[in-house]
Amino acid sequence: MENNIIEVKNLTKKFKDLTAVDNISFNVKKGEIFAFLGPNGAGKSTTIKILTTLLPPTNGEIEIDGANPVTQQDKVRHSFGIVFQDPSLDDELTAYENLEFHGVLYKVPNPIRKQRIEELLRFVELWDRRNNLVKVFSGGMKRRLEIARGLLHHPKIFFLDEPTLGLDPQTRNHIWNYISNLNKKENITVFFTTHYMEEADKVAQKVAIIDHGKIIAQGNPAELKAQTKTKTLEEAFLALTGEKIRDEDAGSQDFLRQGRRMWHR
Amino acid sequence: MKMPDRRIFYGRDGECGTGKTMNTIYILWLRQLKRYFRSRSRILGSLGQPLLYLVAMGFGFGPIFQKAGAGNYIQFLVPGIIAMSILFTALFSGVEIIWDKQFGFLKETLVAPVPRFEIMIGRTLGGATVSTLQGVIVLVVSTFIGFKISSLSMLSVVLLFMFLIAVLFAALGTVIASLLDDMQEFQLIMNFLVMPLFFLSGALFPLSGLPTALSAVASIDLLSYGVDGLRGSLLGISHFGLHIDLLVLTITTLILFTIGSYLFSKIKI
Repeated sequence: MENNIIEVKNLTKKFKDLTAVDNISFNVKKGEIFAFLGPNGAGKSTTIKILTTLLPPTNGEIEIDGANPVTQQDKVRHSFGIVFQDPSLDDELTAYENLEFHGVLYKVPNPIRKQRIEELLRFVELWDRRNNLVKVFSGGMKRRLEIARGLLHHPKIFFLDEPTLGLDPQTRNHIWNYISNLNKKENITVFFTTHYMEEADKVAQKVAIIDHGKIIAQGNPAELKAQTKTKTLEEAFLALTGEKIRDEDAGSQDFLRQGRRMWHR
Repeated sequence: MKMPDRRIFYGRDGECGTGKTMNTIYILWLRQLKRYFRSRSRILGSLGQPLLYLVAMGFGFGPIFQKAGAGNYIQFLVPGIIAMSILFTALFSGVEIIWDKQFGFLKETLVAPVPRFEIMIGRTLGGATVSTLQGVIVLVVSTFIGFKISSLSMLSVVLLFMFLIAVLFAALGTVIASLLDDMQEFQLIMNFLVMPLFFLSGALFPLSGLPTALSAVASIDLLSYGVDGLRGSLLGISHFGLHIDLLVLTITTLILFTIGSYLFSKIKI
C-alpha cells in the first residue's frame, strides 16, 4: 500500500537462544498515531531499535518511508525523530546547546537552524529556559526538550518509547497535547509505546498489542474493546495478555539505571 | 492549554543536508571542551591526585633519591605525574562511552545520519584536548613547587608528547568501552590496566638498571614512551631516545585509533 509509511513483514529478532521478536507484521499509515503496547519484555523496545536502525533484524522486511533500515541507514535516519525510553540529553549542556548539537548532526543549515530551535523551544514552552543547563530541569522539562529535539530536522515519523514514564498526570496530559497537535498540524506519523492504557485509548488511532514477541491483536481501540467485550483498553489489554506479572531479569541496563539514580539523584 | 495557531514546523522541508562533515567532528570536540570547563569541581578534583603524588613522593623520596646520586627527585617525578594525569583523564574520557551507551548522548548521536567514524574522531580529539589541558595545568602547578624546565624552546615538543599520550589513551578508552557493557568491569580496568600502566611506566623510577623482567615489562608499557618523551623534552634526559618515543607513540596511536573506530562503529545499544 502506498500510503503506509512503516511496513513490517515477518520481522524476527533472535538473541542467541532468545527470540525477542517472533515473526511480526504490521503497517502504519502516513499521519496515523500508532500505539505499540505490551507487557515488559514483550519485544517493544527491540522492535523500535530495529525500526530506527540501531539493531539489525534476524529476518523479515522493513520499509521506513520507502527505505530499508539495514541498507539505507542514513535515509531512514533522516526520516524519523525519536524520544528514547531513557534520557539522552547532555546534562552539562544548556537546552539551546542540546538542540543546536542535534541541528548540526542532522546538517540543518544555520539561519534555518536558529529559527527552528526558537520555534520548537517556544512550542514546548522552554524558550525562557533555553540558557539553563539541562541538569537543573525536571523530568517533565527534559522530556519536552527531547520532544523538541526530535522534531528539529522535521522528521516524517516520530518514535516515542514510553515518553510519559514517571511523569505526573499534568505533564503527561501536556505532552500528549503537544503530540496530538503536531500530528494534526504537521501530519506527522507518531509511533509510541506506553504502559498507560488510557493514554493509548485517548490518542491512538491504531493499536497493536505484542506479547512474548508476537503481535496478538491489532485494530483501533474500539475494535479491541469489542473483540474482548471489555469497557476500557486496559481491560482489553489484560484480557489479551493475561494478568500474570512479567519478571524481567535484571540485566546490565538495570544496574546502570540504579547507578544513575545513585549518582545523579 | 493554548497552542500556537500557526504551523509548528518553521521553514520549508528539504532544506537539510547542506552542512559540512567537518561540523560533526567540530561540534563533538566542542562538547567535550564545554563539559570540561563547566565542571570546575572536576578540574580541581583531578588536580588533587597529581599534587598529592608530587608532594608526598617528591618530597618524601627526594632525600633518598639525592643520596643515591640520582639528582633532584621532583625534577624527575614531574614528567611522570604529568603523564599520569593525562593517562587518567584521557582513558576515562573514552571509558565514559560505557555510561553514555545507556544514559546519555551516545544514543542521540548513534541514530543521527552521520558516519560513526566522525563521531569517534570528534569525541576522541575532544577528550584528548581536555587531557592535554589537564597536563599543562599540572606542569604549570609543578613549577610552583620548584620544577624547572630545562629548555623553553622544547615546549612545542612537550605539547606534542602530551597530545600524543592523550590521543593514544583516549583511543584505548574507546576500545575498552566498545567491548564492555557495564560499569561493573570498571574496577577491573582500574586495577588491571590503569594502575599497572602507570606504575610500570617509569613515571616514578628510572628505567635504567632495573631487573630484566621489570625492564621488559616497562618496555612494552606504552606509557613508558610517553613518560620518556616528556622527560626528554622537559629535562633533556631520555631512556629510549626521543625519536623512538615519538615513533612508538605515533604508530600505536594510529593502530589503537583504527581499532577504536572499527569497534565504535559496531557498538550496539
